[in-house]
Amino acid sequence: MLKAKDKIFTNLYGFRKPDLATSKKRGDWDNTKKLLSCGAGKIIEQIKLSGLRGRGGGGFPTGAKWKCMAANKTKPKYFIINANESIPGICKDRDILRHEPHKLLEGILCACYATGANRCYIYIRGEFYNEALILQHAITEAYNAGLLGKDACKSGFGCDVYLHKGAGAYICGEETALLESLEGKRGVPKIKPPFPASVGLYDCPTIVNNVESIAVVPTILRRGADWFASLGKENNTGTKIFSISGHVNTPCNVEEVLGIPLRELIEEHAGGVKGGWNNLLAVIPGGLSTSLLPKSICEYIEMDFDSLAAEKSSLGTAGVIVMDKSTDIVHATARISKFFMQGSCGQCTPCREGTGWVWRMMMKMEKGDITKKEIDEIYDITEQIENNTICAFGDASARPVQGLIRYFRDEIKNKIKLKKEMENVT
Amino acid sequence: MTPYTGKAKFEFNKDNLKKSHKIIAQYPKTKQASAIVPLLDLAQRQNSGWISNEIIGYIANILDMEPIKIYEIASFYSAFNLKPVGKYHIRVCSGISCWLRGGSDIMERCKKVLKINNGETTEDSNFTLEKVECLGSCVNAPVMKINDDYYEDLTPDSVEKILSDLSEYKKPKKGSQIGRKSSEAKKCNG
Repeated sequence: MLKAKDKIFTNLYGFRKPDLATSKKRGDWDNTKKLLSCGAGKIIEQIKLSGLRGRGGGGFPTGAKWKCMAANKTKPKYFIINANESIPGICKDRDILRHEPHKLLEGILCACYATGANRCYIYIRGEFYNEALILQHAITEAYNAGLLGKDACKSGFGCDVYLHKGAGAYICGEETALLESLEGKRGVPKIKPPFPASVGLYDCPTIVNNVESIAVVPTILRRGADWFASLGKENNTGTKIFSISGHVNTPCNVEEVLGIPLRELIEEHAGGVKGGWNNLLAVIPGGLSTSLLPKSICEYIEMDFDSLAAEKSSLGTAGVIVMDKSTDIVHATARISKFFMQGSCGQCTPCREGTGWVWRMMMKMEKGDITKKEIDEIYDITEQIENNTICAFGDASARPVQGLIRYFRDEIKNKIKLKKEMENVT
Repeated sequence: MTPYTGKAKFEFNKDNLKKSHKIIAQYPKTKQASAIVPLLDLAQRQNSGWISNEIIGYIANILDMEPIKIYEIASFYSAFNLKPVGKYHIRVCSGISCWLRGGSDIMERCKKVLKINNGETTEDSNFTLEKVECLGSCVNAPVMKINDDYYEDLTPDSVEKILSDLSEYKKPKKGSQIGRKSSEAKKCNG
């Protein structure tokens, strides 16, 4: 368990104010000039040593991403914060934006300095209107105090930060779609390569990082890469904000170490599963795009990138969705399929046609109106979508259905059986 | 396209005109298309929550772009309403976390109280009801959003109270309806 002294987000719940004066008391913006004075190369080195992996779902090493961009001498360069938090099951960035905005802003300055980007846009989800007001206020405060802008923190480095509000599109959380959207186009993903680090916003070198990844940077630099790396597990270091929702007694957001056992996370922080641990049916561990885990795996699984990947699931954004035995798991998966069908941008045929196809089959499955052969057929369709699309959305749509068929085939067969019985009655 | 309303030509008011200049200045000089979404948002707020044909033309003029380019953006993003909406635009979350905690009952109660279906507006133009995808407040499920504000940890009864407050021009309590500050753990009902 994470000790209180190792918590990064000490105001996660907003019990104290998010303004500059109060944030400074929490340690934000404390002699940032000194942090920067060790030089861009050292900062990147520290982030690499800390083992920080992207907190937005991909889990790519943040330091490596920065190094790639820093090596590119083309100007101008852009730094983008992905605050388009939209994947069902996670609501952690919202808390950083509204309760710890200065952690994010200080992180942005460090990141921009390290990568040589003089301009940063924070792409915030349009629905977060009040959060955007708080963040904008924090930006204005930071400018007025000389912490951002020309000669930020008297470092001689210019760093301009702007807020850009999105307008309701889940797909804009995908980095290339986000950049398209920011350029004033429809937010649809683009083929990589070229990667944004070479051809990004306005065709300039660009980095897109998640809110949480950047908000932890100042604390890593202050307390040292060793401290961060000592938390969690090897290759899965540091702390992470988990959202625990669904059938638990006290749903909440909580900062914990990576690698915490799922059961401990649910029981220590979220008041346990409704009706007790034995009433657990399944858990979606990392937001809607990750494969669900049956109770048998929940017994021992640890919540980190590698442990979850080993179980053919993923840490994703760490949005833990708990389902107890009252859940109709087939219906739940059909709803998930509908979400992906509606969210597909329609560029790639496998995703556009496949997500609709899978959803229609899932509707039939829900009613028990399919054959056992068709169960495998659905699995096959999801495999046809996977890895055959421009972005990871197609893969994301496949995984929940694959998880259902992998672990809950009996439930599906029960639906078929029930349908047959009903027919025999009538 | 949106129906022609015969309304007077749209223009930003003085305050919004100032804001629009500030928004455009956020982006490099030749990259003003970036300002489309923020300007549409600003215009929609001034125009009682929806984007008319006049707005499309007006923003096209400001940014020196073809109106169809502006329309393409307005029709792509779900935040923009291309027809008039009620004074209170209610968006009920249908995400999985809300569904697991009774989100469907929230929608049903809204329908019952307002006597409208999903996607409809009440006759007095006070309320528009819309079922939406995840609003991103999953640990406070079930949730709904009315205009810019979130209402969280709902029950059908607390929803009814909020709606009746709005009908009587009273300001309902925003955020958690069970006294949570935000996303901290708290024993809740149901």
